[in-house]
Amino acid sequence: MSAESLILFFIVGAFLVGIAILFSSYIPPKSTNPQKSETYECGIPTEGITWLQFNVGYYLFAIVFLVFDVETVFIFPWARVMKTAGTKGFVEIIIFFFVLGAGLLYAWKKGALKWE
Amino acid sequence: MAFSIYDFTSFNQAIDKALYNALPPVWALIVEMTIIGLVFLLFYALVGLFLVYAERKVCAFMQNRVGPNRVGPYGIFQTIADFIKLLMKELITIKNSDKLLFNLAPFIVIIASFMAIAAIPFGKGLHAIDFDIGILYVIAVSSLGVVGILLAGWSSNNKYSLIGAMRSGAQIVSYELSVGLSLLTIIILAGTMQFSQIVEGQATGWFIFKGHIPAFIAFVMFLIASTAETNRGPFDLAEAESELTAGFHTEYSGIKFAFFFLAEYMNMFIVASIAATVFLGGWMPFHVGGWSGFNHIMDFIPPFIWYLGKTAFVIFLMMWFKWTFPRLRIDQLLNLEWKYLLPINLVNILVMAFIVLMGWHF
Repeated sequence: MSAESLILFFIVGAFLVGIAILFSSYIPPKSTNPQKSETYECGIPTEGITWLQFNVGYYLFAIVFLVFDVETVFIFPWARVMKTAGTKGFVEIIIFFFVLGAGLLYAWKKGALKWE
Repeated sequence: MAFSIYDFTSFNQAIDKALYNALPPVWALIVEMTIIGLVFLLFYALVGLFLVYAERKVCAFMQNRVGPNRVGPYGIFQTIADFIKLLMKELITIKNSDKLLFNLAPFIVIIASFMAIAAIPFGKGLHAIDFDIGILYVIAVSSLGVVGILLAGWSSNNKYSLIGAMRSGAQIVSYELSVGLSLLTIIILAGTMQFSQIVEGQATGWFIFKGHIPAFIAFVMFLIASTAETNRGPFDLAEAESELTAGFHTEYSGIKFAFFFLAEYMNMFIVASIAATVFLGGWMPFHVGGWSGFNHIMDFIPPFIWYLGKTAFVIFLMMWFKWTFPRLRIDQLLNLEWKYLLPINLVNILVMAFIVLMGWHF
């Protein structure tokens, strides 16, 4: 099986959901009721709209994550060849990690990792 | 046709050859794809149903209850009855929701977990796709599920769902790093990212034993981070029922709701099988150096039994976490990742690299 067969898994996954939703939207008995299509939320009627601007609070974490995730992608090829790279590879990754650690320390000191 | 439960390679090749001999190439390909698709669909559904039952039973025994016991012997058909019930329920569409995204979300969560399952080796020669970047692929695909969760929370037009989805996004994004870094520790030791080679590399000893303390630390890190990544256990802030009703899937009904649960359990299965494959030797039997009699007995147990046993063990650990630890607060959750797991993981990688450099591993 080659990598193209991923398309198969995509299709089968979509098929599984699609067929069940199709079945469920035609076969089961239906009843109409004006209250049924209201937003449930927590049981009492909802107040105001949901789609408004608000302070997410996870924004800084997302930014720091972006930095670190890109770094992780850089580490993957290194990790793959570490066994054969020897001392040179080890010294280089120490320098890399030093820069990465400095970045984490900076974010930490700046208070980016503090939840408020 | 040589069939052996110890090695599926020749069996698969025989089927492949027979199909291509009997049919023109296009049809052979289609038939082969259909067979594989059906097998995986069946496997996926069965594992999902079984895991829901297992979770309810484990939870019940931990809380000194009996759990489901009415439908079938020991209640084993309970989840099938639940599934049929959910399938026969009306799908309610919320008036104010974003219809397209609302309907798209269950597709994304299921497809993400279904694609991740393609790369997992269940036994010798028993895998759908054997990428040379297997680990990277599984990490990448399984984290796509968060898109579905974010869409579900956003499109329901419900404040609690939105908060739950945001929490889930922050949580998965954070713990993603620890999952990747703890797997990197083992990639350094294995020198490969291909699942089949990783398993072959553990023929002389599982990586958790081969890599001394750093490998064990990585295993613990992986367990914590992956529990958080699947939105489970003490990290289930996204659906914290005591504060957010049910989190991102509050507005979903019937089978769509069931798909979110199925995806959650399948993600748990995927994560557990990665833990079993990378740290605990995958389908490799347990061997003790020098005990040749013992090793021979272990070899008699088929590889996929070993694989399922190890996966079940890891899944049981994750269920144990869920039913014994209280839920974390969001600030504790983010602190745990960014101030503890991440620095420890970075140091751990360096230690492992040093051990590999000096050749101190077995």
